[in-house]
Amino acid sequence: MSTETIDLKTRLVTDFYARESVMNGAAASALHQKKRAALARFDKLGFPTIKNEEWKYSNVKELVSESYNFNAASDIELSDLEDLKIPEQDANIIYFVNGHYHAGLSRLVSSSDQLTISSLSDAIKNDPDLINSFFNELAGESGDAFTELNTAFTHDGIFIHVPENKTVEHPVILRFVSDARSQNIGSQPRNIISVGRNAHLKLAEAFRTLGTERSFTNAVTEIYVSEDAGVEYYKVQNESDKAYHVGTTQVRMLDRSQFYAGTVTLNGRFTRNNLNIVIDGERCEAYMYGLYFPDGVQHVDNHTTADHRKPNSNSNELYKGILRDRSKGVFNGKIFVRPDAQKTNAFQSCKNIVLSPDATMNTKPQLEIFADDVKCSHGTTTGQIDEEALFYMRSRGISHSEALSLLMFAFCADVVSQIKIDSIREYLENVIAEKLATK
Amino acid sequence: MLSINDLRASVEGKEILKGINLEVKPGEVHAIMGPNGSGKSTLASVLAGREEYEVTGGSVTFNGKDILEIAPEERAAEGIFLAFQYPVEIPGVTTINFLKTAVNEIRKYRGESPLDAAQFLKMVREKAKLVSMNDSLLKRALNEGFSGGEKKRNEIFQMAVLEPKLAILDETDSGLDIDALRIVSEGVNSLRSPERATIVVTHYQRLLDYIVPDYVHVLYKGRIVKSGPKELALELEEKGYDWIKAEVEAVS
Ligand SMILES: Nc1ncnc2c1ncn2[C@@H]1O[C@H](COP(=O)(O)OP(=O)(O)OP(=O)(O)O)[C@@H](O)[C@H]1O
Ligand SMILES: [Mg+2]
Repeated sequence: MSTETIDLKTRLVTDFYARESVMNGAAASALHQKKRAALARFDKLGFPTIKNEEWKYSNVKELVSESYNFNAASDIELSDLEDLKIPEQDANIIYFVNGHYHAGLSRLVSSSDQLTISSLSDAIKNDPDLINSFFNELAGESGDAFTELNTAFTHDGIFIHVPENKTVEHPVILRFVSDARSQNIGSQPRNIISVGRNAHLKLAEAFRTLGTERSFTNAVTEIYVSEDAGVEYYKVQNESDKAYHVGTTQVRMLDRSQFYAGTVTLNGRFTRNNLNIVIDGERCEAYMYGLYFPDGVQHVDNHTTADHRKPNSNSNELYKGILRDRSKGVFNGKIFVRPDAQKTNAFQSCKNIVLSPDATMNTKPQLEIFADDVKCSHGTTTGQIDEEALFYMRSRGISHSEALSLLMFAFCADVVSQIKIDSIREYLENVIAEKLATK
Repeated sequence: MLSINDLRASVEGKEILKGINLEVKPGEVHAIMGPNGSGKSTLASVLAGREEYEVTGGSVTFNGKDILEIAPEERAAEGIFLAFQYPVEIPGVTTINFLKTAVNEIRKYRGESPLDAAQFLKMVREKAKLVSMNDSLLKRALNEGFSGGEKKRNEIFQMAVLEPKLAILDETDSGLDIDALRIVSEGVNSLRSPERATIVVTHYQRLLDYIVPDYVHVLYKGRIVKSGPKELALELEEKGYDWIKAEVEAVS
């Protein structure tokens, strides 16, 4: 272990106790006790190394060898964000700058009878018991050092509750901006989403970086999907070439609920996404779609879990990637079918195009099935561009580069078309077309 | 228009075309026949610029231009069109989108401004009618899940849209039912003009009843071993290739 690794960890642990010592009475709260326990676990685990099976292909050495300011103020204004924006139609837009809720930039359009929405820091102040009833109840299972770290340092993010039988018509778009114009920025947003019985929500998290210094985002989102509820959840990462991102989304689904996830990594130096869905109900439908386009020396790692704990539910997963230059991709898809989860259907597929001999893709499907009456399948492909198709297109007058981008765009289309928030899908179509055209 | 001189080509080190000579003038229709594996598709592919075939000798000029030196897309823009024996399926790209890109790329090459959506649609509708191409096929992914006949019809439809100077049809008749054969042939004939030429690769006289050739050539073991008027096709239909093979063996 390098000395730098110890440095970031030690600094964080020391910082935790320093803050705790000035908390007075609040340190005794149930919420803080959870954080304290999480810090102790983080302290014990340390940052993962490639000896850890879950991090075998993703080395965080470079990430943890830097230092970051986790409390940086920012004088950001809307005009600074113009070119970072997803052009939005009617949507609730909530900004977080360096991990802190930014009221001035945010805008709500949905009425308060459709949903309760507030910054997590306000929610903790206003109703600590309510927040405590959700906080870390899902993510606590992860055993992941980064998640523990986020839990220990939780201070802000979003809290959303959709009451039963409500359908939130306008999507909620959370924009996380790291203002890395003058220094290395660290942020650890924590989001808690609770969607009541038969309620429906469309939610997106978009991550961007401003400036050219390093950023480290360690994000955790917990999503509770009640009976008969429906949630669409999108994560769009378009960060800088110096952005490190580790994120965990932990979901629990109850009877007859539906959950869609779309995870699109457009840019970033190092990205690790954990998406864990516990299907703790019958007749649930879970969908996971993913798309990634690393180039240069970028690294994108998607770890997903579909954990079937009850009978008669379905999960479907499709991840696709296009890798260039010396980039690296990792896909690890776990499917658990517990003994009670008879009549489970679980499908998983990961397809990749590797455009350069120096790019690598590691895929690992991991099926652990403890019930006998189930249908599960998985498949991964990693290939080059279809030369026959390329020649066919060229023979009709389409240039090599145009044919290539058409083919790659087509390759992505079945994932992009799954994104049901129009403004985000259109944004992605544009960014992807641009990305595929310029190279 | 097209001048092929002693063209030799190999794939994976194996020589397949062993000295092809062929002259095609504007307005002409040439039929190329010959046993399976004789090199007909290879010749068509080499003309269109497929890179896996290595040209090892000879020359091909098209309207005075050495086309062996230019990329497949440039040959298309110069006016060469190959209707594939086995059209490729391209999931995720609709026929209509594909064609729009092709038309505008070719226009760009020729220094013309791109067609706008309305102009393009109007033109496409006319051409689709010409070959009785169903509108719903245009909106589907290119050739994906198309029947054999639909794929062939799509090739001729694309040809009608691109209006090439030289069309090379590689067994476009195989897999077509009687009605489709007539419709496709009518499509080809409607494009016949004094400025355009066509090379039809086929195994069957039947197609040549519709698309009447000026010349018939027999390709065998990588060479054109016999050429004649349209009646040669009838003779081949009747007698097969054995007598030609025998002639060739006798000479060599
Ligand atoms: N890519 C390739 N790799 C290896 N051999 C090839 C390749 N393409 C063609 N050949 C060989 O070249 C020869 C000529 O093939 P070609 O497809 O040109 O024949 P053809 O005259 O079109 O036959 P058919 O009437 O069956 O369509 C055959 O022996 C074929 O196996
Ligand atoms: Mg052939």
